[in-house]
Amino acid sequence: MTTPKSTAAHRAAMAGAKPMIEIREVQKHYGDYHALRGIDLTIRAGEFFSLLGPSGCGKTTLLRTIAGFEDISSGVVLIDGQDMQDVPANRRPTNMVFQSYAIFPHLTVAENVGFGLRRDPRSKAEKAAAVEQALEMVGLKGYGSRASHALSGGQRQRVALARALILKPKVLLLDEPLSALDRKMREQMQVELIKLQRQVGITFVLVTHDQEEALVMSDRIAVMFEGQIAQLDGPEALYARPTSRRVANFIGVMNFLPARVLGETGDAVQIEAPGLGRVDIPMANVSRADPGDDGPSIGFRPEAVSLVAPGAQGANRVAEGVIDEVVYYGDMTYYDVRLDGSGSFDGQARPVRIAMRNVFGREVQDVGTRANVSWSPGSLVLFR
Amino acid sequence: MASGNRSQAAQGLTLIAPPLGYAVLVLAAPLLTILAYSFFKDGYLTVIREFTLENYRTVWADPIFHRIMLRSLVVAGLVTLATVVLAFPVAYFLSFAVAPQKKAMWLFLITIPFWTSYLIRVFLWKVILGYNGVINSGLKTLGIIEQPLTFILYNVNSMVITLAHAYAPFAILPIFIALEKIDRSLLEAGRDLGESRAMTFWRVTLPLAMPGVVAAALIVFIPTIGDYVTPALIGGGKIPMIANMIQAQMLDLDNRPMGSALAVTAMLIVAVISVAFIVLNRRFLKVRQ
Amino acid sequence: MKGRGLRAYALIYLLFLYAPILLLPVFAFNSGTIIAFPLKGFTTEWFSQMWGNASLRRALTNSLTIAVSASILATCLGIFAARASTRFAFPGKGPIMGLIMLPLVLPEIIVSISLLVVLLSLGVQLSILTVILGHTLICMPYATVILSTAFNSLDRSLEEAAYDLGETRWSAFRLVILPLVMPGIISSLLMSFTISLDEFIIAFFLAGNEPTLPTYIFSQLRFPKQIPMIMALGTVLVLMSILLLTVAEYFRRRGIAKTGTKDTGGFL
Repeated sequence: MTTPKSTAAHRAAMAGAKPMIEIREVQKHYGDYHALRGIDLTIRAGEFFSLLGPSGCGKTTLLRTIAGFEDISSGVVLIDGQDMQDVPANRRPTNMVFQSYAIFPHLTVAENVGFGLRRDPRSKAEKAAAVEQALEMVGLKGYGSRASHALSGGQRQRVALARALILKPKVLLLDEPLSALDRKMREQMQVELIKLQRQVGITFVLVTHDQEEALVMSDRIAVMFEGQIAQLDGPEALYARPTSRRVANFIGVMNFLPARVLGETGDAVQIEAPGLGRVDIPMANVSRADPGDDGPSIGFRPEAVSLVAPGAQGANRVAEGVIDEVVYYGDMTYYDVRLDGSGSFDGQARPVRIAMRNVFGREVQDVGTRANVSWSPGSLVLFR
Repeated sequence: MASGNRSQAAQGLTLIAPPLGYAVLVLAAPLLTILAYSFFKDGYLTVIREFTLENYRTVWADPIFHRIMLRSLVVAGLVTLATVVLAFPVAYFLSFAVAPQKKAMWLFLITIPFWTSYLIRVFLWKVILGYNGVINSGLKTLGIIEQPLTFILYNVNSMVITLAHAYAPFAILPIFIALEKIDRSLLEAGRDLGESRAMTFWRVTLPLAMPGVVAAALIVFIPTIGDYVTPALIGGGKIPMIANMIQAQMLDLDNRPMGSALAVTAMLIVAVISVAFIVLNRRFLKVRQ
Repeated sequence: MKGRGLRAYALIYLLFLYAPILLLPVFAFNSGTIIAFPLKGFTTEWFSQMWGNASLRRALTNSLTIAVSASILATCLGIFAARASTRFAFPGKGPIMGLIMLPLVLPEIIVSISLLVVLLSLGVQLSILTVILGHTLICMPYATVILSTAFNSLDRSLEEAAYDLGETRWSAFRLVILPLVMPGIISSLLMSFTISLDEFIIAFFLAGNEPTLPTYIFSQLRFPKQIPMIMALGTVLVLMSILLLTVAEYFRRRGIAKTGTKDTGGFL
């Protein structure tokens, strides 16, 4: 076992790790339904990897394909370099934590955790010790003799984790493991899952539809739509530089404004956007537009811009406008600001949303007041 | 376990094969044999495999068949009416007035008599309703009547009572299930929209319960019309129903083609009536709950 | 308010349902030989008469043999049908399940006469074996219904979890599914046993010369002096049925409690 590392250090270490799961050109058909449309994906050893997408995007099918519960129509799945074509689920080096946890209701907690050890040649006492150790690892020391149907949601999940990890799989698959928990419990389990993963060093593959969950826990995230991977990136890159408007919309909130492309230099694209004027967008922030978009647009996150006092000094550019709407959230306030000249393209006013943290001493602004909006060209993404 | 659509179907078919094979061999094949026999000629003690419609012609022209079929229909109709009308309030009570945790117990109590000694129960009704039976002897002992009541003696009335008793739980369950499915807020909505309790029942509860009532009617009607024991025991064999007639043709007279034609005709008539009944009530059955 | 009148009605209805059964013990212990009021005196003679009756014993042995065999066969077939219908989609599922369920609504006279005609034309000797054949058929739909409820209340991922943890498909079934549907299996066995024990028509037509309890009772009903003994027999049978059904219901509910799902009602 390795000692827990910081998230950044862990990610840096992961970048050079050897591949654990290699998925090549995988297709899956259910009759007429095309569930997976050519998936290509490499998941590295020791990585905490997430498959993120709306329901029906194929993320669960992909996970079950790795587990061996679903046959693939074509393509190759390798785990630790070994072709899984003819390896059934019960002989794959993977174990799964099910969405419903699938705790066997007729067995005790210890019997559940030790279920997979039936064919293990070790002695009874050694197996019991292994079960106890696994329970301790998930914080359920002393729960072994409890009846499993009396457990709470969080405890069931820990049992499911212990039951899978006791077999020391090369890959742990987690199918929406937190969706059945309430918000507090979910946030607590997110942190515990990260710690656990760092502790055991096993590759985790998580399926989730909750973008926040994926951002919190993952080293890398594959965003899936309609059986295809739309973007594969680390959490920060995914959030800051989504490669399409669709991904941007799925992950958090993003403001979009129409843009006119004026020209291109070697390392930037010059555009004009209503209310913001001329901007040079660095090449790294240029993404492609989706077929449904009408023309190029720029996008930025509500927290990438802020309201500042008039005449404030700084490196950022400042645009002016009028506050249209104020939504107070306690820790945050959202302002919808109509920038001056924002209708200059087509006469249509597009308020931009700005998120401000409510720090002590900062007053909440009123609707109708004039506001100065500070922004930097580096936080803009161009979709063209 | 690793399964696409095709292997799903293959596994399902493999699993269903034993019970399906059994049902085909022991049920479908005999039914088809009966159907085939009904088109064959009867030679004495043998069956001549030659196509004919003669059996059906004879059945349709036979006045005895008309009388017995009509009697069976009337008895089954009366039994159905009696069971459904008597059962509805009980189902309503179970669904609306009984505490949820006690419902299973009530249902259990109601179904128990259904599973116990059908034959003895039918016979007991004969004992209860007979000339010197429990009711008559009891009433005489109490001095309420001088002469035995005769309207309950071995006749259609006593058959209806006996059968209504035998199939009572069959009527309660479907109605109960339909009532259970009714969203209680619909009834509150009815009241909220200004209807009285009675009108809410009439305009909301009853139409929504109709699928259950239709199911109950069919589930009572179909087996009742084929009942063999009650006419044999209660009617003393003197007022046979269609099942007794089929049995007599098949075994006592050993005319299998004729018996088969009789059975097929009776099943057809029941099927037509059932379908007509469903069609007549289709307005209620469209309700998706 | 509205509950009161309905409750009274329901209780009267229940009395109507139980009236014949309640009369059974009354006349079983009545020393009079005629089933009528007023009652004569208390006796247990009819029970001892029943105990000493050799043909009744034979009928009982036959009935038990038939009921045990039919309930086991019907439950085994029911397990297949229930598992197939709750877990898999396959072509022709509707009509196939319809055929398996058909004996529920088909009058028994049709089932037994058509089976009889086929057996006779095949030259099969009528015996308790042929009754077992028929009883298995009519018990199968009940077994299928009870077992489908049991299989349905199972989370499908339980099985996948066992498979995922290294078990084979069969050992996953044996270690996880079977223990969890066991209450349903016991319930189905008891239910089928009760139905078979009580079934008359099929036994009447398919047993040949072998008596079963119901056909024996039927044959004795013609002789007035045998009636009190039949009352005693009826009392014993009813008590047995109630006992079996209560145990069946107990197991059905335990099965539901075990898998932690909600009770959705009785046998049907």
